Amino acid sequence: MQLHTLSVHQLSELMEKKEVSSEELTRFHLERINQVEDELQAFVTITKEEALAQARAVDEKRARGEKLSLLAGIPMALKDNICTLGVKTTCASKILYNFIPPYDAGVAERLKRADAVLIGKCNMDEFAMGSSTENSGFFSTKNPFNSETVPGGSSGGSAAAVAAGEAAFALGSDTGGSIRQPAAFCGVIGLKPTYGYVSQYGLISYASSLDQIGPLTRDMTDLALILNTICGHDVKDSTTTLAEVPDFRKCLVNDIKGLRIGLPQEYFGTGIKTRLAEKIHEAIRKLEELGAICEEVALPHTEYALPAHYIISSAEASSNLARYDGVRHGLRVEAEDVLNMFKKTRSQGFGAEVKRRIMLGTHFLSTSNYEAYYVKALKVRTLIRQEFDRAFEKFDCLLTPTCPTTAFKIGEKADDPLAMYLSEICTLPVNMAGLPAMSLPFGMIEGLPVGLQLIAPHFTEGTLLRIGYTLEQSTDQTRPMPGLSR
Amino acid sequence: MPMKITEKDVEQAALLSRLELTAQDTTDCTKSLNTILEYMDKLNNLDASTVDPSAHVLRLKNVFREDKREPSLNKESVLGNAPEEQAGAFKVPRIV
Repeated sequence: MQLHTLSVHQLSELMEKKEVSSEELTRFHLERINQVEDELQAFVTITKEEALAQARAVDEKRARGEKLSLLAGIPMALKDNICTLGVKTTCASKILYNFIPPYDAGVAERLKRADAVLIGKCNMDEFAMGSSTENSGFFSTKNPFNSETVPGGSSGGSAAAVAAGEAAFALGSDTGGSIRQPAAFCGVIGLKPTYGYVSQYGLISYASSLDQIGPLTRDMTDLALILNTICGHDVKDSTTTLAEVPDFRKCLVNDIKGLRIGLPQEYFGTGIKTRLAEKIHEAIRKLEELGAICEEVALPHTEYALPAHYIISSAEASSNLARYDGVRHGLRVEAEDVLNMFKKTRSQGFGAEVKRRIMLGTHFLSTSNYEAYYVKALKVRTLIRQEFDRAFEKFDCLLTPTCPTTAFKIGEKADDPLAMYLSEICTLPVNMAGLPAMSLPFGMIEGLPVGLQLIAPHFTEGTLLRIGYTLEQSTDQTRPMPGLSR
Repeated sequence: MPMKITEKDVEQAALLSRLELTAQDTTDCTKSLNTILEYMDKLNNLDASTVDPSAHVLRLKNVFREDKREPSLNKESVLGNAPEEQAGAFKVPRIV
């Protein structure tokens, strides 16, 4: 049976009916990893023994007749910036090459309680800084659709693992598009929840006012199941909402008649590949056919979002990464005095892009630059948020391409940090406003998946699920499968 | 108004962020940072003088919890990651 092509809810049903055990399912996925991982390199760590032990425990619980969650026994992968108790967590950085967290992240704990099986920790751009996973301190990940192209980033490993069937679902993190863009490049669904919906406790920080953990899945029902599990207040993260989390499965409704979808013209501007724009317009026509009302809208401050995002994220990163000093964890380069220990450890432990952003951030926060850069960027955040709020008075949701291109070639943008950052031009403004947004696959161009982005008002993930589910039920374009060599 | 970054600025940023750059690194870094900063000049076209800055997007303020003692992390597992430890503390080169 092609178990690696099934979705979480299908696998859950098979286990419920005792047609497959959790241990068998886990072994199957470990074997799958054996087959494709040499080529893909989606994982930093594969937790074989732990996974089998967890799987056996689930089988025992099921044999005892215990009531289990719908995620019980499901093999999952976590991005390697999510702390997992006793399991190496590196952020794909040499500076954390041997870090073993003494605690589970909030989301890891919730998934553990739901008896999901951790099969491995996924590769990423170092400290989540990048859009291609080429900035990993260890190795690059390949796109399962075309091994000459990138899987996107920074959650490239997570996206590739789900697309290639190495895990039934994964979690990634998104600071400027790092879930959505790799989801688009790898033909899977990726959702960045509303800022404050999912705990950041145990997520190794990049830019705390922008970071958010979210799921990567193969279908919409899976997305609902995982959101049900990971969303909600965490006393250990004071930025999480106290609002009650609905049962997201109730939002999986095959009906979008009368739904008003805005098309921000700034996102369809120059830089977007013609054939990709055509594909997005095809999706718009399909949505109209299904009863949605699609109309153009202007978001004139969009062009300021990227520079402002770059400033805020670098500034916050320079502060968040100050803790990597060789004192308490990770790499330490010995030196005669503490200052040199700091300098050598950090210089040898961090990659080039990380150092670049730390220095940029330091520059923006220095006294003479603070007002002109950092405070200005914070004002742009206010403007972006207000602009989205105004658009949502007229529309239930906004639709844009996730990325101006499909997956680009390995090495194509590696030497041009600005070009790399620009690949997130459609996704960054969303993080500035803290809105929920989802990338949904919609067809392919020249063998590479296309991603459609939907943006909704705060805490209305239900709208995204509804539209995604309706499209999923009405067309076969939302589930491409890569033709891997094996 | 935002100016281009010089090699001296890069050296200063490196000092503040405890990074060690070779002369070549400094030159390369100055170049790439300048390209990025040129792009930032876009922000000069925007008059945001009447806008309030947002440090974050949520309408949350002063989220406190009760000052109640709860178990902390297990000391052994925390020290387990230490490059060097002694007598239950992180050991570092002499500071004073």
